Amino acid sequence: MTPKLPTGAEKLVQCLEREGVEHIFGLSGGAAIPIFDALVDSPVKLVLVRHEQGATHMADGYARATGRPGVVLVTSGPGATNTVTGLLTALMDSVPMIVISGQTPSGVLGKDAFQEADVTGITYPVVKHSYLVKDVAEIPRVVREAFHIATTGRPGPVLIDIPKDLSSAPCDAPFADEVDLPGYHVPGRADPEALGRAAELLKAARRPLLYVGHGAVISDAGKAVVQLAEKLRAPIVNTLLGKGAADETHPLHLGMMGMHGTAYANKAVIHCDLIMAIGARWDDRVTGKVDEFCADAVKIHVDVDPAEFNKIIRPDVCILGDARLAIEDLIPRVEPADTEEWLARCEGWRQKYPLKYPKKGGLRAQHVLDRLHHVTRGQAVVSVDVGQHQMWAAQFCLTTSNRHWLCSGGAGTMGFGFPAAIGAKFARPESKVWAVVGDGGFQMTLAELATAAVHDIAVKVLIVNNNYLGMVRQWQELFFENRLSGVDLEGNPDFVKLAEAYGVKALRIRRPADIDRKLREAHEYDEGPCVVVAEVVKEDNVFPMIPAGAPVSDMIIDPPKHKLEKPVGST
Amino acid sequence: MAAPELSPIAPSDVHTISLYVNNKPGVLVRTALVFARRGYNIESLVVSPAARGDFSRMTITCRGDPATLEQIIKQLAKLVDVVHAIDHTGDRAYETEIALVKLQCSVDERTQILQIAEHYAAKVVDYGHESVMLRVNGSSEKLDAFIDLLRPHGLLELVRSGKVVMARGLRET
Repeated sequence: MTPKLPTGAEKLVQCLEREGVEHIFGLSGGAAIPIFDALVDSPVKLVLVRHEQGATHMADGYARATGRPGVVLVTSGPGATNTVTGLLTALMDSVPMIVISGQTPSGVLGKDAFQEADVTGITYPVVKHSYLVKDVAEIPRVVREAFHIATTGRPGPVLIDIPKDLSSAPCDAPFADEVDLPGYHVPGRADPEALGRAAELLKAARRPLLYVGHGAVISDAGKAVVQLAEKLRAPIVNTLLGKGAADETHPLHLGMMGMHGTAYANKAVIHCDLIMAIGARWDDRVTGKVDEFCADAVKIHVDVDPAEFNKIIRPDVCILGDARLAIEDLIPRVEPADTEEWLARCEGWRQKYPLKYPKKGGLRAQHVLDRLHHVTRGQAVVSVDVGQHQMWAAQFCLTTSNRHWLCSGGAGTMGFGFPAAIGAKFARPESKVWAVVGDGGFQMTLAELATAAVHDIAVKVLIVNNNYLGMVRQWQELFFENRLSGVDLEGNPDFVKLAEAYGVKALRIRRPADIDRKLREAHEYDEGPCVVVAEVVKEDNVFPMIPAGAPVSDMIIDPPKHKLEKPVGST
Repeated sequence: MAAPELSPIAPSDVHTISLYVNNKPGVLVRTALVFARRGYNIESLVVSPAARGDFSRMTITCRGDPATLEQIIKQLAKLVDVVHAIDHTGDRAYETEIALVKLQCSVDERTQILQIAEHYAAKVVDYGHESVMLRVNGSSEKLDAFIDLLRPHGLLELVRSGKVVMARGLRET
C-alpha cells in the first residue's frame, strides 16, 4: 500500500520546518483552517495573537532582533487585509518576513465569496514579492523562493496566498532546495574600482564623516565600521534605524543625526567635507532640505540596493554590495587621515551642546528614559513605538550592540513597539526586552497583553503617558499657533488597572523619586509581562529639532522664544 | 482666438523601455504600479510572449524627466519577475508601430484620402459605402503625421498597437 500523501498544508508546514521556522504568529479563520490543522502535529510553535496587525509586528520584532525571518499566518479577507500595515512597516525598513494567508477556494476566486479579498492585489505595493498559489505542487518551490527572496539582498516581506482547496489537496511534489529566479540578483562583493575611488576620496578628506544606517545593522557591519572609523580617525553618526550597528558609546561616535538627532551629530553633518553613507538611504528625516544637504561635501554611498543610488542625491562614488563585506574590503585600502583638528571640533560641539532636560517641574519622559538606560546598563533590547517617546528613547537609550534597538522608522507605524517586543522576546528569551511606547500607540495594539500574558512573555512595557498624541501636539504648538486639533487623548484608561485586568503586573511612576525603584522592579521581574506607566508632564517638546524640509543648519537646539514658520516641502 | 499652446516636451523626455519578464500572472500589475505610484502615465504598452514561452516582452513608452525615469527603470529592474529593463531612448533601436484608421467618407471624398494612404504605403483593409479602414505601419512619428493629415477627413476611429522595439545587431533588447 502506498503511503498517504501529505496535504498541501502539511507540506507547507514541513517546508517551514526545513527553513528553520520555530515560531509562527497567527490568527485562525475559515480559509486557513487546514494550515492551522497541520500545525497541531508540528514542532513549530503557534503563537495565537489577538489581531493580525499584532502578528505582523511580532514577526517583525522577531526578525529585527535576530536577522531570521518572522512568519505570520492569517486567514483570507479581513485577516489578510489586517496585515497590510505590518507589511508596509517591514518593507520600508527592509525586514525579512513571510506572511501566509489562507484564501477562498480557487474555484470561487473573483466571485465575491465569503471572506474573499484580492489579497495579492491589495498588497502589491507593500511586499518585496508575493505569490498566489495556483497548484498544490508549487508549494515547496514557492516557500523556498519566498524565504530566499525575503532574507537575501535587501530583505523584505513576502506574501504567500494559498486557496483552501489547495491546502487541503494531496501534495506529492518534492522539497525544493535550489531556486531559479532569473530576475532576482543579489549583489556580490563590491567593485574594487569603486572601492579604490572611495579610498582616494577618503584620503583627500580632512573632515570625513561616516553616516550609518539600517543596512549596517542588517549586514552586521558594526565592527567593520568602527575599524574603518578608527583607521581613518573619522567620527560616526547613525540614523534612527542605524542604532546598534556601531557602539554609540564609542569615543568616535556622535550619536544619532537627523530631525531629532544630537546637536553635535548634526553639526558634524553640516561641517563635514566628506560624508559616507553605509547602508543608509538619505531619508528626508536625515537630509532635511536635500539641495542644501552637505552641498559642498564629497558623498560616498554604500548600498545593497542599486535603486537607492541617485534616488535622493547623486553620490560621487556608489559602492554596490553588502555593507559589511564592502567596508571590510575598503579598510585595507584606506590610510589614516589628518583629522585631529576635525575630531577636536566635534568633541567641542559634544561638550557645548549636550542633550539636556529639566529634572524639576514634574516627571519628565527624558528623565525616565535616561534612567532606563542606566537601570538596563544599555544591555536590554529596546523596542519603541512612534512619537515623542521614540525620539527621547533614541536620544537617551544609547545602543551598544547590534539588534538591540527595534523601531519602525520608514513607515512610522504607531502600535509597532509593544508587539515587536513580544516577538523579540520569543526569539531571544535570554535577553531583557523593554517596549517603550506612548499612550496613543499602545492603545492601537494593546490587545496583545493577552498574548504576552498567556505565554508568560516577560516583556516590560514602559508607557510614557502624557495623555496626548504628543508629537503632533508639539508641531501644532510650534508651527500652528498652538491650535490643538485631534491630539487630546481624553478618555485614556487607567493603564495600571487595564494591565491588571489581563492579569499583568503593573506599576506606576508619578514622581522623579520613584523612577529608579520602579524601573528596577520591572527589570528584575521575569515571570511574565510587566507594565510600567510613567505619568509624565503633558506638554513637553523634543529638541533638538530640524523643522521638516528645512536645511540641517536650521536646527533648533533649545525651545524657541519666537514664532516659527510652518514647515514646507515635507511632512 | 489663439490656438491653445502645447506644452513643450523635448524629444529626450519621451522614453522607450523594453522589459524582459516572467510570463506570470501579476507581472503587468507590478510593472504598472511602478509608474502609477509616481503619477506617471504610460503612453503605450505592448506585451507579447518572447522566443522562450515562459518569458514575455514588454515595450513601454512614457514621458518624464530623466531623473524620475532613471528611478522608474531601477525600480522595474528590482521587481523579481523582471529579468531586465533597458531604456532604448536614443540608442537607434529598430522601432515600429501599426495603426488602424477608420474614416467616414462618401465615394466622392475618397480620392484625396487614397492619395494620402498611397504616400504613406497604407493599405485599405475595409472598403464600405460610407467608410474606409486603413492600416499603416512605421515609426510612431510617421504614424502621427499620417493621422494628422487624415484628421480633417472624417476620422471616426483610431487604434494604435503601441510601439515595439528591438535592439540592432547582437545587442540585447
